[in-house]
Amino acid sequence: MQEIQSLMGGFAVAMSWFNLMLMFAGVSLGVLIGVLPGLGGANGVAILLPLTFSMAQQPGGATSAIILLSCIYWGALFGGAITSILFNIPGEPWSVATTFDGYPLAQKGRAGAALTSAFTSSFVGALVAVILITFISPIIARFALRFGPPEFFSVYLLTFSAFVGMSKGSPLKTIVAMMTGFALAAVGIDTVTGQLRLTFEIQQLLKGFDFLIAVIGLFGIGEILLTIEEGLEFRGTKAKLNLRVVLETWKELPRYWKTSVRSAAVGCMMGIVPGGATPASFMAYGLAKKMSRDGEEFGTGKVEGVVAPETAAHAAGTSALLPMLTLGVPGSPTAAVLLGGLLIWGLQPGPLLFLEKPDFVWGLIASMYLGNIVGLIVVLTCVPLFASILRIPFSIIAPVILVICAIGAYTVHNSIFDVWLMLVFGVLGYVFKKLDYPMAPLVLALVLGDRAEDAFRQSMLGSQGDLGIFFSNPLVGTITGASLLLLFWPLLSRLVAIARGRNGNAAG
Amino acid sequence: MNRPAAKSLLAAVVASALSVLSPALAWEPTKTVEFIVPAGTGGGADQMARLIQGIIAKNGLMKESMVVVNKGGGAGAEGFLEVKSAKGDPHKIIITLSNTFTTPLATGVPFSWKDLTPVRMLALDQFVLWVNAETPYKNAKDYVEAVKKAGPGKMKMGGTGSKQEDQIITVALEKQTGAKFTYIPYKGGGAVATQLVGKHIDSSVNNPIEAVAQWRAGNLRPLCVFDDTRMPYKEKVTKDMAWNDIPTCKESGVNTDYVMLRGIFMPGGVTPDQVKYYVDLLEKVRQTPEWKKFMEDGAFNQTALTGKEYADWVAKADQLHYGLMKEAGFLAAGK
Repeated sequence: MQEIQSLMGGFAVAMSWFNLMLMFAGVSLGVLIGVLPGLGGANGVAILLPLTFSMAQQPGGATSAIILLSCIYWGALFGGAITSILFNIPGEPWSVATTFDGYPLAQKGRAGAALTSAFTSSFVGALVAVILITFISPIIARFALRFGPPEFFSVYLLTFSAFVGMSKGSPLKTIVAMMTGFALAAVGIDTVTGQLRLTFEIQQLLKGFDFLIAVIGLFGIGEILLTIEEGLEFRGTKAKLNLRVVLETWKELPRYWKTSVRSAAVGCMMGIVPGGATPASFMAYGLAKKMSRDGEEFGTGKVEGVVAPETAAHAAGTSALLPMLTLGVPGSPTAAVLLGGLLIWGLQPGPLLFLEKPDFVWGLIASMYLGNIVGLIVVLTCVPLFASILRIPFSIIAPVILVICAIGAYTVHNSIFDVWLMLVFGVLGYVFKKLDYPMAPLVLALVLGDRAEDAFRQSMLGSQGDLGIFFSNPLVGTITGASLLLLFWPLLSRLVAIARGRNGNAAG
Repeated sequence: MNRPAAKSLLAAVVASALSVLSPALAWEPTKTVEFIVPAGTGGGADQMARLIQGIIAKNGLMKESMVVVNKGGGAGAEGFLEVKSAKGDPHKIIITLSNTFTTPLATGVPFSWKDLTPVRMLALDQFVLWVNAETPYKNAKDYVEAVKKAGPGKMKMGGTGSKQEDQIITVALEKQTGAKFTYIPYKGGGAVATQLVGKHIDSSVNNPIEAVAQWRAGNLRPLCVFDDTRMPYKEKVTKDMAWNDIPTCKESGVNTDYVMLRGIFMPGGVTPDQVKYYVDLLEKVRQTPEWKKFMEDGAFNQTALTGKEYADWVAKADQLHYGLMKEAGFLAAGK
């Protein structure tokens, strides 16, 4: 096959000592960036972009440059899970869903297992996506072209539907949380009218409420407040500290192959379209919860609840590079920065890139395989090290976490106001926990609210207000239909049960 | 000692003497310079800022370092307000898009380019009218006729943002020709080009760099450029066309033009010495081969004014935007 031949050529390019060294450096740096909340992959890559500039001037240098930058990206994808699991603080937006089961696992003393399954699933997700990119990239690139505003809206709707009914508490509380999220998402500039909304002429509100700041506050600070109340102690101190935990977890993982496959599929679709890694992780978690046999126990510390979002996030993060390379449309904020990098290095992302710069493209694809293997090795060997952080007394680690959170909140927009905002969200998170309001719907609405709104209003502009556009072709119709089915499934299943019960009675 | 070595030694002595003297002669940054981009990462302004940062770092054009900071909140208002409030601070510069003019007019956020000190123009960004290559329209006139024939609001024009440059061009085009589009705003130029390839919209006014890859792949067709002269680049971009082969809209009977400022400003209240430092620094950047290649790849209009000429150009552009936005009904209350 031609692809295999090209790929082998790519490996020849990527496998130089210099490039391998760059991979290690990039992945390690990326893990660090992923661990620090706020300093996201996009920021990390952007900061290093000018450094790669002279590198890219040498022959073959553009490949080395993209290997370095994309490895930072892989590292950040891996690293985001670490603080989510250990401290309930998502290092990256796409690791929010990882906290739902990862943190409870750590509290049960299974931090090592949670980390191992997170890293391994990330790797599996990435591998599936890279294989897809290697063999059928022209087909999936064409598939991405079919996505206009209605299709995007239906995908977001599907994410929301997959998530509704997740929390076991009162449905009214879920609605309150979700609506709060939508309201916060509406603050700032409105893409469709170009007007400012809900800013009340306060300068700091111009940029809206950043999802990351809310998440750092709600999860990180809120958790610290709770822990302080409950007696200044971590509940995960008995974590096992040797590498055997990796092997033991690996034994358990094949059981969840269905979840892995489903999540990888969700992730690839969301990455290619491009919908992004964050919605992908939420959608995969929601679907796993609905479809898994142990779905009821999700949120109490199930390994499967870590596998789903991590697989999807990494699959999406990896496949997001495909629309960037073939269409010039970034599938994620980090891909957007990489895209800028390509242009600065004098490469032209687009349909012809595969033909004109095969060395570069196949070198990059080969580095995706290698970079993820390198990444997996780096993070897995560090599992005991990460888990041992939980042994540090709370009174020492809590101030450190607080400082890291504050730095993270500051780095998002270089604004001190955001640090205060983070603290306010922290108190809100504490109140939510105390009053038993679910935080996930708020976070989901905040991250997807304005995107869903934009897509809906773009569709309405295009169709002149006709809702029929969401069923206007088989693709959008199927996705909309599936999301409506998923949304009303709790009601439908109850109706079916009632109908069956009646029949049973009649027969009896 | 042979003569060339002696010469270079002499040169080194003179150079070091100059560098000792120079602080007294001219202002230089004494700490890290913040380069503000009033837009998100990955967009046109961001790319240009990071290219400049890269060129400066690579060629050692500045002793202190430069960091690029994105402050794109409120359609760029965040970045402009920051520079406005940093009066007298010579360690901040900002790169502009058309939102320098459009954001205060459309949102009423209190800032104006008059609060800033103009440093220099780097280039002007072009806009091209694009259609999907599978459509039959061969020139701008055909397309406009088709839009008119389809009826008001039937054809969709995609663009970046709302009440910003892309929509202003659309409105100007409508006013000039009598055709009526439905304008659909997206978040980025790359997304607009892809939407056009996927036929979710009927046309776009993408910058050359946003659409060139799809043009070369035969997916998009340029109809005309919204400038009063053709783009100067004669090297073939596709098999049979160069940027220079795209007619101006005027030539095609559609009398609309618009170019977007890519320029640098500083906060108000800085000294002429400080402004001169950045004018000279950016001139050195403009002379590098990397910059020249970037200009050519993006088919930029390389007009680059400084001093009073630049300030006059900006004042004129401000008036132009005010007029266009007023007619389109895009002004915020009280403007």
